[in-house]
Amino acid sequence: MILNQFLILAAVLFCIGVYGVLARRNGVLVLMSVELMLNAVNINLIAFSAYLRQSAGNVFALFVITIAAAEVGVGLAIVLLIYRNLRSPDLDRVEQLKG
Amino acid sequence: MIVQNVFFWVLAVAMVLAAIGVVRSQNVVHAALYLVVVMAGAAAQYILLAAEFVAWVQVLIYIGAVIILFLFGIMLTRAPMGGDTTLDNTQRLSAAVVSLFLAGVLGTLLVDAFGSKKIAISGAKGEKLLHVGQAGPLADKIFTSYVVPFEVVSILLLAALVGAVVIARRD
Repeated sequence: MILNQFLILAAVLFCIGVYGVLARRNGVLVLMSVELMLNAVNINLIAFSAYLRQSAGNVFALFVITIAAAEVGVGLAIVLLIYRNLRSPDLDRVEQLKG
Repeated sequence: MIVQNVFFWVLAVAMVLAAIGVVRSQNVVHAALYLVVVMAGAAAQYILLAAEFVAWVQVLIYIGAVIILFLFGIMLTRAPMGGDTTLDNTQRLSAAVVSLFLAGVLGTLLVDAFGSKKIAISGAKGEKLLHVGQAGPLADKIFTSYVVPFEVVSILLLAALVGAVVIARRD
Protein backbone atom coordinates (compact mmCIF):
# COMPACT_ATOMS: atom_id res chain seq x y z
CA MET A 1 0.00 0.00 0.00
CA ILE A 2 1.30 3.43 -0.78
CA LEU A 3 0.86 6.33 1.62
CA ASN A 4 -0.84 8.55 -0.90
CA GLN A 5 -3.94 6.41 -1.37
CA PHE A 6 -4.92 7.04 2.25
CA LEU A 7 -4.03 10.72 2.09
CA ILE A 8 -6.07 11.27 -1.06
CA LEU A 9 -9.06 9.37 0.35
CA ALA A 10 -8.86 11.64 3.41
CA ALA A 11 -8.59 14.74 1.21
CA VAL A 12 -11.68 13.71 -0.77
CA LEU A 13 -13.66 13.08 2.43
CA PHE A 14 -12.51 16.44 3.82
CA CYS A 15 -13.67 18.27 0.69
CA ILE A 16 -17.06 16.54 0.81
CA GLY A 17 -17.30 17.71 4.42
CA VAL A 18 -16.45 21.28 3.38
CA TYR A 19 -19.21 21.13 0.77
CA GLY A 20 -21.66 19.91 3.41
CA VAL A 21 -20.77 22.67 5.88
CA LEU A 22 -21.21 25.33 3.20
CA ALA A 23 -24.32 23.99 1.49
CA ARG A 24 -26.44 22.62 4.34
CA ARG A 25 -28.97 24.72 6.14
CA ASN A 26 -30.08 22.36 8.92
CA GLY A 27 -27.84 22.67 12.00
CA VAL A 28 -27.67 18.93 12.70
CA LEU A 29 -26.53 18.24 9.12
CA VAL A 30 -23.80 20.90 9.39
CA LEU A 31 -22.50 19.12 12.50
CA MET A 32 -22.52 15.81 10.60
CA SER A 33 -20.39 17.38 7.87
CA VAL A 34 -17.95 18.62 10.52
CA GLU A 35 -17.71 15.01 11.73
CA LEU A 36 -16.81 13.94 8.17
CA MET A 37 -13.94 16.44 8.18
CA LEU A 38 -12.68 15.26 11.58
CA ASN A 39 -12.74 11.67 10.35
CA ALA A 40 -10.65 12.63 7.34
CA VAL A 41 -8.08 14.16 9.67
CA ASN A 42 -8.02 10.95 11.72
CA ILE A 43 -7.32 8.84 8.62
CA ASN A 44 -4.39 11.16 7.85
CA LEU A 45 -3.00 10.82 11.37
CA ILE A 46 -3.22 7.03 11.36
CA ALA A 47 -1.67 6.77 7.88
CA PHE A 48 1.29 8.90 8.94
CA SER A 49 1.60 6.91 12.14
CA ALA A 50 1.95 3.72 10.10
CA TYR A 51 4.30 5.38 7.61
CA LEU A 52 6.64 6.86 10.24
CA ARG A 53 6.33 3.84 12.59
CA GLN A 54 5.58 6.00 15.62
CA SER A 55 2.70 5.75 18.07
CA ALA A 56 2.23 9.51 18.29
CA GLY A 57 -0.21 9.59 15.37
CA ASN A 58 -2.42 7.01 17.06
CA VAL A 59 -2.40 9.04 20.30
CA PHE A 60 -3.35 12.21 18.43
CA ALA A 61 -6.17 10.35 16.68
CA LEU A 62 -7.53 9.32 20.09
CA PHE A 63 -7.39 12.97 21.22
CA VAL A 64 -9.21 14.08 18.06
CA ILE A 65 -11.93 11.48 18.69
CA THR A 66 -12.38 12.80 22.25
CA ILE A 67 -12.55 16.41 21.08
CA ALA A 68 -15.06 15.40 18.39
CA ALA A 69 -17.32 13.84 21.02
CA ALA A 70 -17.15 17.02 23.15
CA GLU A 71 -17.79 19.17 20.09
CA VAL A 72 -20.88 17.20 19.12
CA GLY A 73 -22.27 17.56 22.65
CA VAL A 74 -21.84 21.34 22.77
CA GLY A 75 -22.86 21.77 19.10
CA LEU A 76 -26.09 19.85 19.50
CA ALA A 77 -26.90 21.84 22.65
CA ILE A 78 -26.48 25.06 20.65
CA VAL A 79 -28.63 23.74 17.78
CA LEU A 80 -31.26 22.74 20.33
CA LEU A 81 -31.23 26.27 21.76
CA ILE A 82 -31.54 27.77 18.27
CA TYR A 83 -34.48 25.46 17.61
CA ARG A 84 -36.11 26.46 20.88
CA ASN A 85 -35.75 30.20 20.21
CA LEU A 86 -36.52 30.30 16.47
CA ARG A 87 -38.83 27.26 16.19
CA SER A 88 -36.62 25.90 13.43
CA PRO A 89 -33.10 24.40 13.17
CA ASP A 90 -32.29 26.53 10.09
CA LEU A 91 -28.93 28.22 10.54
CA ASP A 92 -29.81 30.80 7.83
CA ARG A 93 -32.36 32.30 10.16
CA VAL A 94 -29.79 33.06 12.86
CA GLU A 95 -29.17 36.66 11.80
CA GLN A 96 -29.37 38.85 14.89
CA LEU A 97 -25.64 39.50 14.74
CA LYS A 98 -25.75 40.47 11.06
CA GLY A 99 -24.43 44.01 10.44
CA MET B 1 -0.45 -6.57 -0.33
CA ILE B 2 -2.84 -7.25 -3.22
CA VAL B 3 -5.62 -8.31 -0.86
CA GLN B 4 -5.10 -5.21 1.27
CA ASN B 5 -5.28 -3.00 -1.80
CA VAL B 6 -8.51 -4.64 -2.96
CA PHE B 7 -10.04 -4.10 0.48
CA PHE B 8 -8.81 -0.52 0.51
CA TRP B 9 -10.43 0.38 -2.80
CA VAL B 10 -13.73 -1.32 -2.01
CA LEU B 11 -13.88 0.52 1.32
CA ALA B 12 -12.75 3.81 -0.20
CA VAL B 13 -15.44 3.76 -2.88
CA ALA B 14 -18.11 2.88 -0.30
CA MET B 15 -16.90 5.64 2.02
CA VAL B 16 -16.87 8.32 -0.66
CA LEU B 17 -20.34 7.34 -1.92
CA ALA B 18 -21.71 7.33 1.63
CA ALA B 19 -20.06 10.69 2.35
CA ILE B 20 -21.75 12.15 -0.73
CA GLY B 21 -24.96 10.66 0.66
CA VAL B 22 -24.39 12.49 3.95
CA VAL B 23 -24.17 15.87 2.25
CA ARG B 24 -26.75 15.27 -0.49
CA SER B 25 -29.52 13.25 1.18
CA GLN B 26 -32.82 15.07 1.60
CA ASN B 27 -33.80 12.97 4.60
CA VAL B 28 -32.04 13.76 7.88
CA VAL B 29 -32.21 10.20 9.25
CA HIS B 30 -30.80 8.78 6.01
CA ALA B 31 -27.90 11.25 6.31
CA ALA B 32 -27.17 9.96 9.84
CA LEU B 33 -27.24 6.36 8.58
CA TYR B 34 -24.87 7.22 5.70
CA LEU B 35 -22.59 8.73 8.34
CA VAL B 36 -22.55 5.32 10.08
CA VAL B 37 -21.24 3.77 6.84
CA VAL B 38 -18.45 6.37 6.62
CA MET B 39 -17.44 5.83 10.26
CA ALA B 40 -17.42 2.03 9.90
CA GLY B 41 -15.37 2.34 6.71
CA ALA B 42 -12.88 4.56 8.54
CA ALA B 43 -12.62 1.96 11.33
CA ALA B 44 -11.89 -0.71 8.70
CA GLN B 45 -9.19 1.51 7.18
CA TYR B 46 -7.59 1.83 10.62
CA ILE B 47 -7.49 -1.96 10.86
CA LEU B 48 -5.83 -2.07 7.42
CA LEU B 49 -3.23 0.34 8.82
CA ALA B 50 -2.70 -1.94 11.87
CA ALA B 51 -4.23 0.60 14.31
CA GLU B 52 -6.46 -1.87 16.14
CA PHE B 53 -7.06 0.12 19.30
CA VAL B 54 -8.07 3.31 17.52
CA ALA B 55 -10.33 1.27 15.24
CA TRP B 56 -12.32 -0.12 18.15
CA VAL B 57 -12.40 3.25 19.89
CA GLN B 58 -13.81 4.64 16.64
CA VAL B 59 -16.53 1.98 16.62
CA LEU B 60 -17.42 2.57 20.28
CA ILE B 61 -17.32 6.39 20.34
CA TYR B 62 -18.46 7.35 16.85
CA ILE B 63 -20.90 4.63 15.87
CA GLY B 64 -21.96 3.99 19.45
CA ALA B 65 -22.18 7.44 21.01
CA VAL B 66 -21.94 10.24 18.44
CA ILE B 67 -24.51 8.77 16.05
CA ILE B 68 -26.93 8.24 18.94
CA LEU B 69 -26.40 11.89 19.92
CA PHE B 70 -27.17 12.90 16.33
CA LEU B 71 -30.34 10.83 16.30
CA PHE B 72 -31.40 12.50 19.56
CA GLY B 73 -30.67 15.88 18.00
CA ILE B 74 -32.77 15.00 14.97
CA MET B 75 -35.59 13.87 17.24
CA LEU B 76 -35.48 16.94 19.52
CA THR B 77 -35.35 19.49 16.69
CA ARG B 78 -38.28 17.76 14.97
CA ALA B 79 -36.38 17.54 11.70
CA PRO B 80 -38.68 17.20 8.68
CA MET B 81 -39.01 13.56 7.66
CA GLY B 82 -39.46 12.49 4.09
CA GLY B 83 -38.20 14.20 0.98
CA ASP B 84 -38.22 17.97 1.08
CA THR B 85 -35.78 20.40 -0.43
CA THR B 86 -35.41 22.81 2.47
CA LEU B 87 -32.31 21.12 3.91
CA ASP B 88 -29.90 22.90 1.56
CA ASN B 89 -29.37 26.62 1.22
CA THR B 90 -28.98 28.63 -1.96
CA GLN B 91 -25.18 28.57 -2.18
CA ARG B 92 -24.84 24.96 -3.34
CA LEU B 93 -23.05 25.88 -6.56
CA SER B 94 -20.42 28.08 -4.93
CA ALA B 95 -19.95 25.45 -2.20
CA ALA B 96 -19.30 22.82 -4.89
CA VAL B 97 -16.80 25.13 -6.61
CA VAL B 98 -14.97 25.78 -3.33
CA SER B 99 -14.75 22.11 -2.39
CA LEU B 100 -13.65 21.01 -5.89
CA PHE B 101 -10.96 23.71 -5.86
CA LEU B 102 -9.81 22.53 -2.43
CA ALA B 103 -9.75 18.92 -3.65
CA GLY B 104 -7.61 19.93 -6.63
CA VAL B 105 -5.14 21.86 -4.46
CA LEU B 106 -4.85 19.09 -1.88
CA GLY B 107 -4.58 16.38 -4.54
CA THR B 108 -1.75 18.04 -6.47
CA LEU B 109 0.01 18.91 -3.22
CA LEU B 110 -0.14 15.33 -1.92
CA VAL B 111 0.96 13.78 -5.22
CA ASP B 112 3.83 16.26 -5.40
CA ALA B 113 4.91 15.76 -1.79
CA PHE B 114 4.51 12.02 -1.21
CA GLY B 115 4.65 10.57 -4.74
CA SER B 116 4.68 6.80 -4.28
CA LYS B 117 6.08 6.37 -0.78
CA LYS B 118 5.08 3.00 0.63
CA ILE B 119 3.67 1.92 3.98
CA ALA B 120 5.24 -1.38 5.07
CA ILE B 121 2.84 -3.21 7.38
CA SER B 122 3.87 -6.81 6.84
CA GLY B 123 7.19 -8.23 5.67
CA ALA B 124 7.90 -10.42 2.66
CA LYS B 125 7.01 -13.63 4.53
CA GLY B 126 3.77 -12.15 5.88
CA GLU B 127 5.15 -11.46 9.34
CA LYS B 128 3.78 -8.38 11.04
CA LEU B 129 6.23 -5.49 11.18
CA LEU B 130 4.09 -2.70 12.55
CA HIS B 131 3.27 -2.66 16.26
CA VAL B 132 2.62 1.02 16.92
CA GLY B 133 -1.16 0.62 16.85
CA GLN B 134 -1.46 -2.11 19.47
CA ALA B 135 -2.94 -1.27 22.85
CA GLY B 136 0.29 -1.96 24.76
CA PRO B 137 2.68 0.44 22.97
CA LEU B 138 -0.13 2.98 22.73
CA ALA B 139 -0.78 2.87 26.48
CA ASP B 140 2.96 3.25 27.16
CA LYS B 141 2.98 6.36 25.00
CA ILE B 142 -0.19 7.89 26.47
CA PHE B 143 0.84 7.41 30.08
CA THR B 144 4.45 8.54 29.67
CA SER B 145 5.03 11.18 26.98
CA TYR B 146 1.46 12.34 26.62
CA VAL B 147 0.14 12.10 30.17
CA VAL B 148 -0.36 15.86 30.61
CA PRO B 149 -2.36 16.30 27.37
CA PHE B 150 -4.33 13.20 28.37
CA GLU B 151 -5.37 14.76 31.70
CA VAL B 152 -6.06 18.11 30.03
CA VAL B 153 -8.32 16.43 27.47
CA SER B 154 -10.27 14.70 30.22
CA ILE B 155 -10.82 18.03 32.01
CA LEU B 156 -11.86 19.52 28.66
CA LEU B 157 -14.37 16.72 28.10
CA LEU B 158 -15.86 17.30 31.55
CA ALA B 159 -16.07 21.05 30.94
CA ALA B 160 -17.69 20.54 27.53
CA LEU B 161 -20.32 18.16 28.90
CA VAL B 162 -21.17 20.47 31.83
CA GLY B 163 -21.32 23.36 29.34
CA ALA B 164 -23.67 21.41 27.08
CA VAL B 165 -25.99 20.73 30.02
CA VAL B 166 -25.92 24.41 31.02
CA ILE B 167 -26.63 25.59 27.45
CA ALA B 168 -29.46 23.15 26.79
CA ARG B 169 -31.15 23.48 30.18
CA ARG B 170 -34.61 24.97 30.33
CA ASP B 171 -34.78 27.78 32.88
